[in-house]
Amino acid sequence: MSANAITVSGAQIEAKPWVDELHQWLTTIDHKRLGILYILSSLMFLVFGGVEALIIRIQLMHSHSHFVSPEVFNRMFTMHGTTMIFFVAMPILFGFANYLVPLMIGARDMAFPRLNAFSFWLSFLGGLLLYFSFVGGSGLYGAGNAPDVGWWSYAPLGARAFSPGHSSDYWTLALLVSGFGSIGTAINIIATIISLRCPGMKLSRMPLLVWLNFVMAGMVLLAITPLSAAQIMLLIDRYLGGHFFDTQAGGSAVLWMHFFWIFGHPEVYVLIIPCFAFMSEIIPVFSRKPIFGYPVMVAATVCIAFVSMSVWAHHMFTIGMNSYANSFFTLTTMAVGVPTGIKIFNWIGTMWGGRILFKTPMLFSIGFLFQFLIAGLTGIMMACAPFDWQLSLSYFVVAHFHYVIVGGILFALFAAFYYWYPKMTGRMLSENLGKWHFWLFLIGFHLTFDVMHIPGLLGMPRRIYTYEPGRGWDSLNLVISIGAFIQAAAIIVFVANLILSYFKGAMAGSDPWDAWTLEWSTSSPPPAYNFVTVPTVASRRPLWDQKHPDDPDSRYE
Amino acid sequence: MSMLKMKYSTLRRLTQTALLLSWSAMPGWASELNGSSPHGTNIFAPASTPARSIADLSVFVLVIAGIIFIVVFSLLVYCVAKFRGRATDAGREPAQVYGSTQIEVAWTIIPILIVVVLFLATARVIHAIQDVPEPAGAVQVIVIGHQYWWEFRYPKLGIVTANELHIPVSDPNHPTPTFLQLLSADTDHSFWVPELAGKTDLIPNHPNRMWIDPQRTGVFVGQCAQYCGTQHAKMLLRVSVDGQAEFAAWVRTQQKTALEEAGAVAGKRVFESNACMNCHTVAGTSANGRFGPDLTHLMSRTTIAAGVAENTRANLRLWIQDPSLTKPGSLMPAMKLSDADLDAVVSYMETLR
Repeated sequence: MSANAITVSGAQIEAKPWVDELHQWLTTIDHKRLGILYILSSLMFLVFGGVEALIIRIQLMHSHSHFVSPEVFNRMFTMHGTTMIFFVAMPILFGFANYLVPLMIGARDMAFPRLNAFSFWLSFLGGLLLYFSFVGGSGLYGAGNAPDVGWWSYAPLGARAFSPGHSSDYWTLALLVSGFGSIGTAINIIATIISLRCPGMKLSRMPLLVWLNFVMAGMVLLAITPLSAAQIMLLIDRYLGGHFFDTQAGGSAVLWMHFFWIFGHPEVYVLIIPCFAFMSEIIPVFSRKPIFGYPVMVAATVCIAFVSMSVWAHHMFTIGMNSYANSFFTLTTMAVGVPTGIKIFNWIGTMWGGRILFKTPMLFSIGFLFQFLIAGLTGIMMACAPFDWQLSLSYFVVAHFHYVIVGGILFALFAAFYYWYPKMTGRMLSENLGKWHFWLFLIGFHLTFDVMHIPGLLGMPRRIYTYEPGRGWDSLNLVISIGAFIQAAAIIVFVANLILSYFKGAMAGSDPWDAWTLEWSTSSPPPAYNFVTVPTVASRRPLWDQKHPDDPDSRYE
Repeated sequence: MSMLKMKYSTLRRLTQTALLLSWSAMPGWASELNGSSPHGTNIFAPASTPARSIADLSVFVLVIAGIIFIVVFSLLVYCVAKFRGRATDAGREPAQVYGSTQIEVAWTIIPILIVVVLFLATARVIHAIQDVPEPAGAVQVIVIGHQYWWEFRYPKLGIVTANELHIPVSDPNHPTPTFLQLLSADTDHSFWVPELAGKTDLIPNHPNRMWIDPQRTGVFVGQCAQYCGTQHAKMLLRVSVDGQAEFAAWVRTQQKTALEEAGAVAGKRVFESNACMNCHTVAGTSANGRFGPDLTHLMSRTTIAAGVAENTRANLRLWIQDPSLTKPGSLMPAMKLSDADLDAVVSYMETLR
């Protein structure tokens, strides 16, 4: 009876013209469609941020370059950073969380579907506001367009005296508006995980992806709120005569730094924890083994979340804190490396003794492990405050955090794309193009970001639009820029793969990877209501139990 | 302890040699690095105590990180190579292992021990650099960051200069370190001369301090490291480390006021009847502005515009004609002087020795 009704409504959807289809997408409150909207909008901003990065790299390719003016260059790195963090990395990870969390806990939607839609549109509006600054930054008067104050907008550079016009107001509003969207999504994820788990899905049986997104959402609540508070204070400074950060009237530049980084550092973990989540699902499936040390993985994540709330001032080692503060933040920052190391060991432990299948998702996952290891080790170097007095604000630090964000987060995201695209669209991504994408991107990545550490050691500061010849930086920067273009080519292969496979990819079926979590028990793409009957689980790998009734996991847990 | 120390210094030298070798192997670098006078900006070529303790600690941390990398990387490679799936496995699943408490405990405790060692080594260096009391004979300099240039004031010596800091070389047996007090007139800046010390920010309303005791003479270059606005890139910094006698001579010159020279009268009139004098000081004249660099001894500096151009007549003329041609975004306005006035002002500048 119900199956019958579904076929009928399905037929109706197909018969509708594209305007109605579009209307459905724009008004949807389905967590899967919102997830896809998050992902698509992030991909759009990824292209914008990528073009900005290429402009930066063309300018720095050789000394005394005149490709763009200093003003344009400063806008480019400000927009690149802001875009990539707030309008690519965060929303794309929210998109995956939105899509996967309800499916993995056997729920039919998020706890608050309308809040979910509202949160997405707030984030998207934030991105549009940021880019509207190119048009409206001059506003009624003032200087230039698009913010050029760096993605931290350090006080007093963001004050009206140094940033006239409206470009940094658009920056402030963009972060404020999308920040409320993030808080809404975080509340939604937490509520969904607490209240909508299917029968049998105890906390100790939740897939790690769900656990890690739960922790991530908690961190979003703690991290975004101080950022939003600081943005409101900045607006008060700029328009209501406040002096929080207005150093010319006795305000404190250091206060802004504390506000920004108590958001900024947990933010790094807000971005990387969902990527740990992808790894913790993908590596076991392609090693054909359960995750090694599930309880330890959960404990390590919670531990990272707590410790990462007390490390923010390692971004401020150069501002002249006293030796006790510098020692404290050195210790906490190094300490956060311990649970992170445990995770890497557990992933290796998962592969150990397995039968590793080198499909594209697994290739990107191995790339992630390798690069995240290096990123962690350069992180330890900078945790060491005196070393950081040399490395901070140099190209070394730029190389380090791109190693985390590109080598870690982006590689994990690509793995997630290749792994869950079949679920989202019903078709497989091409393995052939996938391998091209992987190898091209890997080569480009290492050319750019391995080499980028060296100019930092040779004294090249970040955020400079030009440099003198004869400092030993020219040849290095040329190599870095070439790598950037190879990465851009890989992204084109990736986008081509997304589009071509949507129309021509092999049909996926419900469970193309022979996986074990609940999202693979429903059709690809899943129906609007996700599951015909709400599933019941007895272990962490319900589909393993189904496929191996003679030897179910539930026997050992 | 001394054994360990010896090992570090050997390691450091080895690493340095390796780094230098690999750099000079790259085309073009050897010539770039061997270029004439100024020292480079390599953080592994320290010439002053803070930079040296940092470089030593850095090498220690690099070595530990290197060992961790080799161990974990080998594990990863071994694992990927050894446990790759084969066609003959089709359909068979490997043994399902869920974890092991002993192994988890081991790979928790070992990293904790490494962290403890790294932390203790680091805390020692933090203390050694930050908590040094200022000795009586230290040279004091107040460094004030401006968009986009450096002001240097020597309160005990009564000297004001810009962009090129002169300090005496410090003999390890009779140290004459220089203590810098760091202030900012506008936005945040950061004082970074990599071969002398790590960087410290110049933040408005937040005075900072740092010290250096260079043991080699010569010119050390660096630049502003904290993004401070449009021309952050061209806020370069030169520290001239002079021998004791040369430094004393430099101090004597700088303490004098500007000389009146006959050939400079016309230019001086242009300077003082335009807005120049609102922003620049020429000691001994009525020009006492403080928004721009002190020009009393302009010709004693080798560069202009915060290290952007060599201090030659042609560059000076171009700069005064329109600063934005050399440094777009500079806060100095183009004064739109006639050619005759321009030549006169440049001639006047050339008398400010």
